[in-house]
Amino acid sequence: MAKRGAKLDWPTRYQQLLAQSKQPLIQAFYESALCDLNMPISDVPFVALDFETTGLNYQSDDIVSVGLIPFNTKRIFCKDSQHWIVQPRRKLAEESIVIHGITHSEVSDAPDFSTIMEPLLAALKGKIIVVHFAPIERHFLYQALQARLGEGLEFAVIDTLDLETRALRAKQGLLGRLFNSKLDSVRLADSRIRYSLPAYQNHNALNDATATAELLQAQIAYHYRQDTPLSELLI
Amino acid sequence: MQAEHVDIAQFLADHAPFDDLPEEAVNKLAAQIEIAYFRAGTEILNYGEDIADLYVIRSGAVEMYRRDGDLYNRLTIGGIFGSMGLLMNRKVRFPAKALEDTLVYCINVKLFNEFCDEYEAFADFFEADGNVRLHQAIVEQADSNDLTTAKVKSLLHRDVVTVAKDASVQMVAQLMTQESVSSVLVTDADKPISDDPDDDDGQVVGIITDRDLRTSVIAEGLSYEAPAAQIMQKDLLLLDSNAYVFEAVLAMLRDNIHHLPVVVKKKPIGVISLSDILRYESQSSLLLVRGILAQQSIEDLAHYARQLPNVFVRMVNEDANSHMIGTAMAVIGRTFKQRLLDLAEEKFGPPPVPYCFIALGSMARDEQLIVTDQDNAIILDNSFNEELHDEYFQNLADFVCDGLAECGYKYCEGEIMASFKKWRLTREQWKEQFAGWMAEPKPQALLHSSIFFDLDGVYGRNKWAEELKRFIATQGRKNKRFLANLAANARNRTPPLGFFKDFVLEHNGQHKRSMNLKRRGTAPLSDVIRVHALAIGSRKQNSFERLEDIIEAKLLPEGKAQDLRDALEYIAMIRIRHQAWQIEKLDETPDNDLEPHLLSPFEQRNLKEAFAILDKAQNFLKFRYSANTGMK
Repeated sequence: MAKRGAKLDWPTRYQQLLAQSKQPLIQAFYESALCDLNMPISDVPFVALDFETTGLNYQSDDIVSVGLIPFNTKRIFCKDSQHWIVQPRRKLAEESIVIHGITHSEVSDAPDFSTIMEPLLAALKGKIIVVHFAPIERHFLYQALQARLGEGLEFAVIDTLDLETRALRAKQGLLGRLFNSKLDSVRLADSRIRYSLPAYQNHNALNDATATAELLQAQIAYHYRQDTPLSELLI
Repeated sequence: MQAEHVDIAQFLADHAPFDDLPEEAVNKLAAQIEIAYFRAGTEILNYGEDIADLYVIRSGAVEMYRRDGDLYNRLTIGGIFGSMGLLMNRKVRFPAKALEDTLVYCINVKLFNEFCDEYEAFADFFEADGNVRLHQAIVEQADSNDLTTAKVKSLLHRDVVTVAKDASVQMVAQLMTQESVSSVLVTDADKPISDDPDDDDGQVVGIITDRDLRTSVIAEGLSYEAPAAQIMQKDLLLLDSNAYVFEAVLAMLRDNIHHLPVVVKKKPIGVISLSDILRYESQSSLLLVRGILAQQSIEDLAHYARQLPNVFVRMVNEDANSHMIGTAMAVIGRTFKQRLLDLAEEKFGPPPVPYCFIALGSMARDEQLIVTDQDNAIILDNSFNEELHDEYFQNLADFVCDGLAECGYKYCEGEIMASFKKWRLTREQWKEQFAGWMAEPKPQALLHSSIFFDLDGVYGRNKWAEELKRFIATQGRKNKRFLANLAANARNRTPPLGFFKDFVLEHNGQHKRSMNLKRRGTAPLSDVIRVHALAIGSRKQNSFERLEDIIEAKLLPEGKAQDLRDALEYIAMIRIRHQAWQIEKLDETPDNDLEPHLLSPFEQRNLKEAFAILDKAQNFLKFRYSANTGMK
């Protein structure tokens, strides 16, 4: 997994992954992911992705729901959004029920993740994935696919949390960094307030994906230009 | 499965007009929305850009501007903008700018139209403020007036008049007088005639106008024997015969000249003058009027009347407004009556006592169209003696009414024609009749009132008609009970609201899916306007002119009279165009029954809006003219 600051050469990485992959589903994703990273962000098709999970440990916890919504720097397209609830391999803890608003009965009726792999990867294909706090989506998706196909998935992302951290650092200035003063919260809801974005009442995967898409539009409006190259945002 | 956007749906359900929509409709909308973010200070919509969405403000604030940069509106959460552009021509009319960081929900025009069609309250929301829009539509119609669509060659009615360059200026003046022209073109016999017809200029070398004779001959004391070439203007500004009339106007204004030679290729075929252009508008109807007066019998008149539909269609195609068309048709109708009365007096001899033949209803209001009944009556001198004189007037009236029927003006089904004895009254009897209608407003009297209270003298002692108008104007305004009953009567014929869904259609067998634009539109509008006009003692008959008086008297709340004017103009124009279309394209007998599906969605919307204005105006009558409380 790529670390902040140490940028991966994604085109090369995708080539390698494509060569190694044996799963047509995953190969198709890698093939579509080989795009020109110098493309201006105004031309980039994005898809905001959010998972709700039973907990934060990708080795013991599992995905409960998946939300995604395609967008670009101008518009967010509700009509092409998707929302799935899936059956985790681990029981829902009481506290996560409160957060997600997903009940036991909803989950017990839900299908296994394997039934949504195909439509999920199809929706991500050819688009740049946008998330808030990349490790969750990266690790859980890798794990979920590994468990079912024997092969994980690696992918480039734009992380709105990462962009927010960068923006706050820049605002903090040199002195702030020297004195190591604490940054403001970069949680999704807190970040949104800085751009006067409204609060969402319901926290499900689709709402959070939509909230992430709105946040990226706002961050671009504030900190970048329409012709900023994609590579500058990608990690 | 369509993903559910719970938060978006909740937001919409909390804000008008979405709060009136059923839940599943709101969910459907939420699932189709597009979201966009605008940082404070950025442009959301620029003037004249294409617009394809309705915008709902989710958070933030937006300012909208007029084209001249003045602030038009400031909107915040739940505010909606862009509807004007969507309903008009899909171009941004009011530029919008984010005043604060703003998140908007965009509803695609296709979806917007679907919802307007499906949910009446939703459509109404966008039309409540729509009187502005209707006005705009009419202004745009008027902008494309006939000068922009007619070509100069249509103004040429005679061959070009030329004179040789060595003719004396006196000969030039004599020729111009003889030919009744205000200009001549000067030719040079020595100028080579081009072999190429494309370059043939007819050997024209200059032009002489009335003004040249004044300024270069008389003022200068020039000899009358001086040659034409000495006073002619050599640098000719030529106009191609396919140029539009407005181009001629522009050229004349630009170079301050009043005569322009019109050429095909290079050869002059005529000259148009400023006065030709000024005459242009009323010309088509004027020619017909002249023709009517020249006919010598009912048969000739009836034959001649067949041209009427063509004149009507031509005026419509020239984009004349409804007032112009209504006036022209009324003048023509009046001329038929006058000619028939001439012929009647020739046949039956001079009248034994003076009289005045009057027109009633739409002809008196100058609002006549191509489909019309004849409504008329006679005012007789007070010395009228039934035993001695009635036979004469019965013959005269029968002759005229039968003649009118021959010419295409149908007999009045309500028997309001001079051929019925009850509508041939003396001046005193007419006053009593009107006084009676005003004092004792029975249903029958009210029915009459709508026709009789619009009256105009056509032939004979026309000042008696003026006398009656004055009597009505002075008596009517004092009589609250009369006005209250007239107002109640004016509310009888309701507009076909619910246009899009539960349209109230006329069930007359022949036109099952149509609505009568006269009975449900222009006629009740005229009724409403008449009540107001009588209330202020206006003596005008035409609805548009009555509205001017009403505006001046400040009788109605600001803007209401203007709304009525726009509504009347719009419905009248739809009715007029419908009739022209029937004549020209379908070769049908024109009528007032319109099938709504023939209209574009845009026209449907505007028409519905015009009906909504009528509906409001009728409701307003109820509280404005109440017999019990009186007028404030």
